[in-house]
Amino acid sequence: MTAYDKPLPKIDTLTRPFWELAKDEKLAVQLCNDCGDRHFPASPVCPKCLSKDQGWEVVSGRGTLFSWVTFHRAYWNGFAKDLPYDVCLIELDEGPFFVSNLVDAGGEAAVGARVEVVFEPITDEITLPKFKLAT
Amino acid sequence: MSDFRALKDKVAVVGVGNTRYGNFPETDDYGLGADAFRDAVADCGIDKNEIDGLLVCRIPYYARMGEILGISPRWTIPLPPHGRMASMGIIEAVAALEAGLCKYVALIYANIGRSRRVNYGGEESPNIWDPWGYTSPGAAHAMMFQRHMALYGTTTEQLAEVSVAFRHNAGLNPDAVMRKPITIEDHENARPIVLPLRLLDYCLINDGAVCMILTTKERAKDLKKPPVMISGLGGREAFAHASLSNFERDFFYPQLQEIAAETYGMAGVGPSDIDAFMCYDNFSPTVLFSLEGLGFCGRGESGSFVEGGTLKVGGKLPTNTDGGHLSNSYMQGWALNVEAVRQLRGECGERQVPDCEVVQFIAATPCSRSIIYTRG
Ligand SMILES: [Zn+2]
Repeated sequence: MTAYDKPLPKIDTLTRPFWELAKDEKLAVQLCNDCGDRHFPASPVCPKCLSKDQGWEVVSGRGTLFSWVTFHRAYWNGFAKDLPYDVCLIELDEGPFFVSNLVDAGGEAAVGARVEVVFEPITDEITLPKFKLAT
Repeated sequence: MSDFRALKDKVAVVGVGNTRYGNFPETDDYGLGADAFRDAVADCGIDKNEIDGLLVCRIPYYARMGEILGISPRWTIPLPPHGRMASMGIIEAVAALEAGLCKYVALIYANIGRSRRVNYGGEESPNIWDPWGYTSPGAAHAMMFQRHMALYGTTTEQLAEVSVAFRHNAGLNPDAVMRKPITIEDHENARPIVLPLRLLDYCLINDGAVCMILTTKERAKDLKKPPVMISGLGGREAFAHASLSNFERDFFYPQLQEIAAETYGMAGVGPSDIDAFMCYDNFSPTVLFSLEGLGFCGRGESGSFVEGGTLKVGGKLPTNTDGGHLSNSYMQGWALNVEAVRQLRGECGERQVPDCEVVQFIAATPCSRSIIYTRG
């Protein structure tokens, strides 16, 4: 594998379960065991009730396209060869927002479009959840 | 809803100052801050040793700033280098003065982002979404504007009206960094950065500094220039999507509606009374969102509202009469508050709004704030 030269996620106690599940091609959000609130990114306490009793819940991987943008500037050298590239903002069916890349959109991206997760291994450790238009 | 009515017309801006704006590698934050402070002290005619409150923003070390200026305040606040801090800081100073914590506050902002090549994205601001290539505050505005286009049919040609109007205004301001007129076509053909936004939707990056001096209404009477009163205030945060820095899922509309009720209620005016509008414009879509949120036009109608030069000096709602962040200077809200004061004093020369009596500042950001200034 050639050296991966884009930014990698910072993995710590809080975020490790998310990346382990992603490696198994599962998309997860943090779930509060006290009040049932689902959220992402991971938070050390539940933003709704402040509970520390939290876990991870695998979600459907489906959502709607809230918006998207196309980067024409490489803020990191690693992205220069991908220009222009799309970044999408997904509202997951379970509630949380998730930023990702829209792959194979073929110019068909539209606010409100249905999308579903796909997984792209980038290193031995990391698999990035990305999204495509739902079929 | 909070109610700041007790603070109405209690505090005045009595001095304003600024450096030139540009690329100044020969000096630094402290040197620029000191120049702006000297200018503001001269503007209000105060003995600098009377200043017993110091608020600094984007200055590396507040105490070093105090040492350089030879002042020993009894109230000091340092604020981080975020654009939203200007009106947050001014409101804190109003509260401190009214509470009697100090008598005269100097607020100093300096930026050396041009000469030091600050990027506002990538490795300089690490974020959870970096692995997907999402970074920079401009991207959040691109994300919001894309959605605004989809929901309301707003066009990039309408968005261009913002940049074109502010460049026009900058052309009337001899101190502005970018004064060459631009057209809607220039905007449409500009280099794409994060589409749907292009280069002319982005604020400038330049060096410079701004200083404001505030005191209570009573003390203001003894100073050189006519005081400009702070007549209305409002604020509300939007932290729910802070990991997408600068993003609000509803274009800051709920927060701005609350702020409109507070600020106009306190000042006893409404959008139709605003003679000049100072609108934080880190990226051009912010201006559209601000106009809708405060009620200058209906929801989703900001695109048509700005068409035909509405925001130009001489237009229906003269906005960012100095050229704003898009064309005058990237002083992160501070220069727009100074411009509000100068408009009310009638010091704006070719860009002066006639009979200017009420000026509103708004920053639609994760910490949105508005201030209404009136003649003392
Ligand atoms: Zn909870």
